[in-house]
Amino acid sequence: MEILVSLTVGALVAIGIWMMLDRGLLRVVLGVVVLGNGVNLAVFSAGRLDGRAAAFVTEAGAPALAANPLPQALVLTAIVIGFALFVFALAVLKRSWELHGRVETDLVTAVAEEPAPDLPPQGDKA
Amino acid sequence: MNTLIVSPLLIPLATLVATLLARRSPRAVTAISLAGALALTAAGLALVGLAAQGQILASQAGGWAAPNGITLVVDRLSAAMVAITGIVGTATIVFAMARDEDPARCRDFHPLVHGLLVGVCGAFITGDVFNLYVWFEVLLVGSFALLVLGGGRRRLSGTVVYVVLNLVATMMFLLAAGMLYGASGSLNMALLAQAFAAGEVPTTAHAAVVLMLTAFSIKAALFPVFGWLPASYHVAWTPVSALFAGLLTKVGVYALIRLVTLFWPDAGVAHEVLLWVACATMLIGVLGAAAQVEVRRILSFHIVSQVGYMILGLAIATPLALAGAVFYLIHHIVVKANLFFIGGIAARLTGSERLAAMGGLYARAPWLALLFAIPALSLAGIPPLSGFWAKFVLVKASLDASAWIAAAVALVTGIFTLLSMSKIWNEAFLKPHPGGAGGGSGGGGSPRSADGLQPALWAVGTLAAMTVAIGLAAGPVMDYAVAAAEQLAAPAAYIDAVVRAGGN
Repeated sequence: MEILVSLTVGALVAIGIWMMLDRGLLRVVLGVVVLGNGVNLAVFSAGRLDGRAAAFVTEAGAPALAANPLPQALVLTAIVIGFALFVFALAVLKRSWELHGRVETDLVTAVAEEPAPDLPPQGDKA
Repeated sequence: MNTLIVSPLLIPLATLVATLLARRSPRAVTAISLAGALALTAAGLALVGLAAQGQILASQAGGWAAPNGITLVVDRLSAAMVAITGIVGTATIVFAMARDEDPARCRDFHPLVHGLLVGVCGAFITGDVFNLYVWFEVLLVGSFALLVLGGGRRRLSGTVVYVVLNLVATMMFLLAAGMLYGASGSLNMALLAQAFAAGEVPTTAHAAVVLMLTAFSIKAALFPVFGWLPASYHVAWTPVSALFAGLLTKVGVYALIRLVTLFWPDAGVAHEVLLWVACATMLIGVLGAAAQVEVRRILSFHIVSQVGYMILGLAIATPLALAGAVFYLIHHIVVKANLFFIGGIAARLTGSERLAAMGGLYARAPWLALLFAIPALSLAGIPPLSGFWAKFVLVKASLDASAWIAAAVALVTGIFTLLSMSKIWNEAFLKPHPGGAGGGSGGGGSPRSADGLQPALWAVGTLAAMTVAIGLAAGPVMDYAVAAAEQLAAPAAYIDAVVRAGGN
């Protein structure tokens, strides 16, 4: 089980990084998502994978067959946050596409490096 | 006491909700937002007052004891950071009250600023590694929306760069937190510090800490992972970029200081690496600034360079060096935010942010020239301003520790900083405006009147007065920094406070 999960994490991270090196920004953002899922799975595996009992602590102590529930709670938090950030990244991407007509990493960097625009003459809206 | 510990979180959060509820009236939003920021400053100062007596305040959220619950800890460093966050937040909000700003943008600006402040304060007072990750995400969400506020091609492009690189850094942090938990079975910083001190942690935990420090280095914009900062800070709206310049990288620096002093209190390989990274950061940052021709881009590279000084203090790790780093943090946040504000006012008056299209400010607005000179000279380390004392202590600590190269790099960087500031001074203030006095077509931008800028000037003037005050009354501030460094250098008291607060 551990081997399988480790390999999956490795594959997800590799795919994520490979996609992030792409020219297209959409693939970069999707790469971040894939990478994020790889990381989530890695965190999840920190709490033992073969839990076969519910993690309820009784008077007698924690059940021996239970997995540690804390990493699961952590991953739940991370998934929610990751989803929100992904949606924001998509919104930014959509807006860039509307403004530029295409979304390429080189173009985005070039636009961000453009000289600062001068303010319009006074009287116009700043 | 518990109420006071959580107040840095509750105040901005309550303000955030209140500003959203009052969204229909821009005037009410501004008033609530200002009141919230002032309350945060007051809470921060109250915490400084308590922490100055040497107390370490700790509290367990929800009453759960240390290993299970989430710990909030306020020591001298945290208290000072919260207070300074409140001050810079207030200044930013006052600055944004300038009359001619777009009302819709201001209305969205205030809730987001408080959202950002919640995250920043949370990161400063948490005592739990995963909780730190959550606060980082909170401030990140706020910063994403603030950066893109107002829109436009250039701003959007800068935001894309900022978003992607920060997401990757945060993921590294999350992975490191998971690895750390897997290896050590705890996420509480104090308990982890205990385990590290006792040598009870496996090698994987050390690897996890290294990964975590790498993630913080990206956040703090250290060499060689600072690329995102100069690529994005200059595109934001002036108050936003000033807030970012003052606070955001410093959260990364704070996290580095906190974890390194807790986990590896004795100088070791990590300190050696940090020392070289600090030297490279100082030099590369300041040299990068030399190649820039826009005010905010020059200042962005200086953030990178200045962060190097703080890491230098951390890397040398003697109590004096740590005191220098703490003093530098306090001084730098005020000075850097102020320089971005002044850069914004200068751009507003000359009609451009490009040095080539600026000019004539010394003749037109001598008061602004004075206000620029104070933080600019302080940044370069000219006595008796605050930056001089910060650099003096760091250079002395490096010499004491026989880190000759680091001391030399720190001094050389100071000279380059001065050169860079004089470039802004010559181009923006001394040289006549290329468009002519009456405004014209020559230089692109045209000079504009200073109407409606009074709130901005108040903010800038107050921060400049603080810089002078920290410089003239360096004694008490330095005493506080030295005491804070003593707490950092001896984590036993920190651990004790957390464990006691858990009731076991």
